[in-house]
Amino acid sequence: MDTMAAIKQTFFQECEEQLAELENGLLAIERQEGDLETINAVFRAVHSIKGGAGAFGLDDLVRFAHTFETTLDLMRSNELEITTGLIKLMLRAADGLADLVRFSRDGADLDRARIAQLNGELARAAKGEPAAAAEPMPAAPAIADEPAADENGFVPIRFSLDDLLGEPAPSADETPADAPLTVRFKPKPELYAKANDAVVLLREIRRLGEAKIACDTSEIPLLTELDPEGAYLSWAVELDPAVQEASVREIFEFVVFDCDLDIGIAPEPVSATILTLPEPPSTVAEAAFAPAPVQQTETATVIPLTPERDLTPTESLIKAGQTQQAAAGGQQTTIRVDLDRVDRLIDLVGELVINQSMLAQRVMEAGIARLSEVAVGLDDLEHLTREIQDSVMAIRAQPVRPIFQRMSRVVREVADMTGKSVRLVTEGEGCEVDKTVIERLADPLTHMIRNAIDHGLEKPEDRLAAGKPEQGIVRMTAAHRSGRVIIEVSDDGAGINRARVREIAVKKGLVEANAQLSDSEIDDLIFHPGFSTASSISDVSGRGVGMDVVKRSIQALGGRISITSRPGRGTVFTLSLPLTLAVLDGMVVTVSGQTLVVPLTAIVETLQPKKQDVHGLGDTSRVIAIRGSFIPLIDIGRELGYRHEEADPLNSVAIMVESENRSQSALLVDGIIGQQQVVIKSLETNYGHVFGVAAATILGDGRVAVILDVDAVVAGSRADAGRSDISNRKRNAA
Amino acid sequence: MMHVSEKDMTANSELIAFRLGGQEFCVDIMSVRDIRGWTQTTPLPHSPEYVKGVINLRGSVLPVIDLAARLGFRPTEPTARHVIIVTQVNNQSVGLLVEAVSDILTINAGAIQPTPDVASDLARLFMRGVLAIEGRMISLISLDCVLPNSTESAGTVH
Repeated sequence: MDTMAAIKQTFFQECEEQLAELENGLLAIERQEGDLETINAVFRAVHSIKGGAGAFGLDDLVRFAHTFETTLDLMRSNELEITTGLIKLMLRAADGLADLVRFSRDGADLDRARIAQLNGELARAAKGEPAAAAEPMPAAPAIADEPAADENGFVPIRFSLDDLLGEPAPSADETPADAPLTVRFKPKPELYAKANDAVVLLREIRRLGEAKIACDTSEIPLLTELDPEGAYLSWAVELDPAVQEASVREIFEFVVFDCDLDIGIAPEPVSATILTLPEPPSTVAEAAFAPAPVQQTETATVIPLTPERDLTPTESLIKAGQTQQAAAGGQQTTIRVDLDRVDRLIDLVGELVINQSMLAQRVMEAGIARLSEVAVGLDDLEHLTREIQDSVMAIRAQPVRPIFQRMSRVVREVADMTGKSVRLVTEGEGCEVDKTVIERLADPLTHMIRNAIDHGLEKPEDRLAAGKPEQGIVRMTAAHRSGRVIIEVSDDGAGINRARVREIAVKKGLVEANAQLSDSEIDDLIFHPGFSTASSISDVSGRGVGMDVVKRSIQALGGRISITSRPGRGTVFTLSLPLTLAVLDGMVVTVSGQTLVVPLTAIVETLQPKKQDVHGLGDTSRVIAIRGSFIPLIDIGRELGYRHEEADPLNSVAIMVESENRSQSALLVDGIIGQQQVVIKSLETNYGHVFGVAAATILGDGRVAVILDVDAVVAGSRADAGRSDISNRKRNAA
Repeated sequence: MMHVSEKDMTANSELIAFRLGGQEFCVDIMSVRDIRGWTQTTPLPHSPEYVKGVINLRGSVLPVIDLAARLGFRPTEPTARHVIIVTQVNNQSVGLLVEAVSDILTINAGAIQPTPDVASDLARLFMRGVLAIEGRMISLISLDCVLPNSTESAGTVH
């Protein structure tokens, strides 16, 4: 059972890959960059999913994938013209297929009506070209929108309950002369146990007259579950109308108690495949094999196997079980590793780094000379540990591509819902970020994209009136910048309606009616909890949760979000995210006898303040003059509540930092110890969030040091100016 | 998980007793992970007075609570003789700074008496009951709310 579950899991993992490939390919075709190979790849992706799904008996998935594949096949053989509408349908079908896969995997919500509708649309698209309905099987049913069979003889059977219920019990007397007699024959294991043979019986039937015999293999289980003495095959036989029912019954006389036998008249004379099965069969390999030797047909019908091209269900099952073997073939050079194992490795390497620096410190303390062999060996060890650490971190780094791809679906859906025409432009999908960061970006990004389309972009008529093209553009870019990854989501819409934002904020009591707010302060209001500019709650942008949720989830990742908006030109949301959640380059400083780490990414420069550069501003604030501009001076010791008296700037070091909105501040600390890469340790695990502290780390001496949250401290000091001591406030709050 | 709850108390249970401000207290031994000597802590900014700071416990960051201060006594001036009892509370590890561990007790549920009415509000918040053992009175403490209530950031200043 475990093996089975494992194979199934592998199948679903592969499905995700196939789905990504499918969407990629379709998008390439949409951009008219696709060639025949792209269409082939798209076809293969759907085909593999269908094959695997068939092996696991996921009937819904098989049926849908089959219709999808049929249409794709026509596209591939140029029998169906590739139009924008068709590609749009294909993309929606890909979304539907993804939904079905997820539904099959973990029972996620499934909009069955939508799937059914897509299925119908696909089938209609396939029928759109009369010449397109290639029907390799002469016996393929001629029902209106029945998909054509592919080379595998893979025909989903459409059946109606009416056929089952409405059909009167047939008898020999009532058999109209021109209606073919159908026989459904399903042996029980007992039949074989009594040394009877289905083949012999079928041969007997054929002797009665012309017969079309179809074998139903849908009940064959996986090899692991197959009972060698079980009976899994059943046959449907269509006989010449001239054959009498009584003579058929005669053949089965000796086995009638050891099989399920159903003899009747086909309601539609031409149809050869009306099978009165208890449930819709997923895989019916049909063979009108009258002239073929029986021995051969048996093997041929058990496994619908085509020797050429693509994967049959059997092949993909084998593939699912033995992914690694593909690597030997030279195509695949990746392995799947449980994330827990990687994380454990990362933890261990983190400990190793701490241990190594503790050791180095002890050696220094022991007074061993810098050039001694011990010290040199330690240096080598340090290089090695760093290298190991970097390599291990690289394992977790993943390109942002999949998440960007997911967004193209969001864009399609929201564009449909809002009736706006939208194009998504993405750049920098190859940018690599820690896997956890990527995973946790999905929700915030989805929300931002929805907002950009729903609130950002104008209605088509408004766009035209404003002299813009009707189609709006949502742009999503990723880039590395100074050790962080910057993701921008922008739209070319109307920009933030500041008057409206302000009005709402005043109405909701977020700001005073007469408050003086700069444009960027007004823009920032949309991050305020509970703020929502949409006058009606739309289905698209969520209910009551807004950009504050986005902001919080980004902050939880150690990221920042900022917004810039230009009226009439659009809005840009900028996310700045750490590449990894595990290590950080920091400057180790001392403040009031405490050791702190300031993230290096925030630091612009450090300098020794001179007396004439420091100026008082107001009663408590001070600024420092640097190259002609005045920059606020933040006394870290006071800001964090380590001391109450002001630090003497002349005995301190000023660290220039740049915070999220690119404004600069100078942090006043007592001294700088050095630069060091530190392993981030969560304070939240055992304690909770602390204002002004991003996380903790363990230094070389084994003691814990806190990592400064520069933006929070800067923001806090501004809000704090002229108010009571922040630590008192915190104490009261607790 | 492993914290003291009413149900655990119905069977025989073992408790670790310790001294604090001249009184004796105890916690369920099942919630205790480690007992170690006092080491200098790294103070956390803007934390309540009873949060002594954090220490490195085998690679993870462990908050240390001055239990005396938490219970409303005078804050402890820690010395090398003080000990930190490492406990597991609601899936979090918390160190408790106490004067000394005095005893390990085996009791059954019947031995626990309700907390007398005289205790202060703060003490009543933590006390599950009292035990009379060999003429001593030992208060049974629940650790559920030793950490500051709001683990959320109180610092989103605008």
